[in-house]
Amino acid sequence: MLKQLTNVTVWVHDQDEALAFYTEKLGMELRDDVTVAEMGNFRWLTVGVPGQTDVAIVLMAVPGPPVFDAETQAQLQALVAKGAAGGLFFATDDVRSTYEELKGRGVEFQQEPTEQPYGIDAGFRDPSGNQMRMAQLA
Amino acid sequence: MAVAHPTRHLLRAKDLADARYREPLDVETLARAARLSPAHFSREFRRAFGEPPHRYLLHRRLERAAALLRSTDRSVADICLTVGLRSVGSFTTSFGRMFGMSPTAYRAAHPPAVTRARVPTCVLLAWARPASSTFGEDSTTGPG
Repeated sequence: MLKQLTNVTVWVHDQDEALAFYTEKLGMELRDDVTVAEMGNFRWLTVGVPGQTDVAIVLMAVPGPPVFDAETQAQLQALVAKGAAGGLFFATDDVRSTYEELKGRGVEFQQEPTEQPYGIDAGFRDPSGNQMRMAQLA
Repeated sequence: MAVAHPTRHLLRAKDLADARYREPLDVETLARAARLSPAHFSREFRRAFGEPPHRYLLHRRLERAAALLRSTDRSVADICLTVGLRSVGSFTTSFGRMFGMSPTAYRAAHPPAVTRARVPTCVLLAWARPASSTFGEDSTTGPG
């Protein structure tokens, strides 16, 4: 029996850029930043929502050989840039104030706060193109 | 500083079409968002997303019109203007080609999806957008 979700992976084009975005603009906290030399300098980089310590977001660079061949790497990078690589949904107590706060920090919104039957939601993107959403549920 | 993937700029233009379809957007405006010349932009947009930008924008507008028909009692003319289209006649024709029925008949046939499931906006926007590639309004470019 599975017990809990602990990590979700987000493919990113540049880990330094992603780390700055998720921590400085979205306000997340750094959880792990470990570079493993014997694994081709693989960098395990995770962040999380403050207060939600049991779930981390893995900011994963799109790897080339030997993990993926160069063509697969390029395809995956392009899919991320097209916004076709999935995304993350967040909850907030106040979408409109969070929208103003994040927009003021330069976050790129694809949808302004919009009233829905289930609450208010808004959409934005990370620098790589991944879709992020936040909702204030009714 | 990280260099953005070239397609990332195209996604920015696509997002702009999704966010500001109500406004009199044109391909030149979308091209500026992608930092490309209009001709180059149209080619690259089609290469990335499978259809030219003006068609993407029109389909977004028709999708939004369909959503408003399903979820409101506003008039067809009002909805046409609300989604950024100026001619009710052209709207009705385009809508009929895309959905196979008039806006009024479409409204009668489709109760709101939100009464059946809590569907996030992004899902509605993505899945409800008409996908036909044989619409016929794109007479200047063929399949490629």
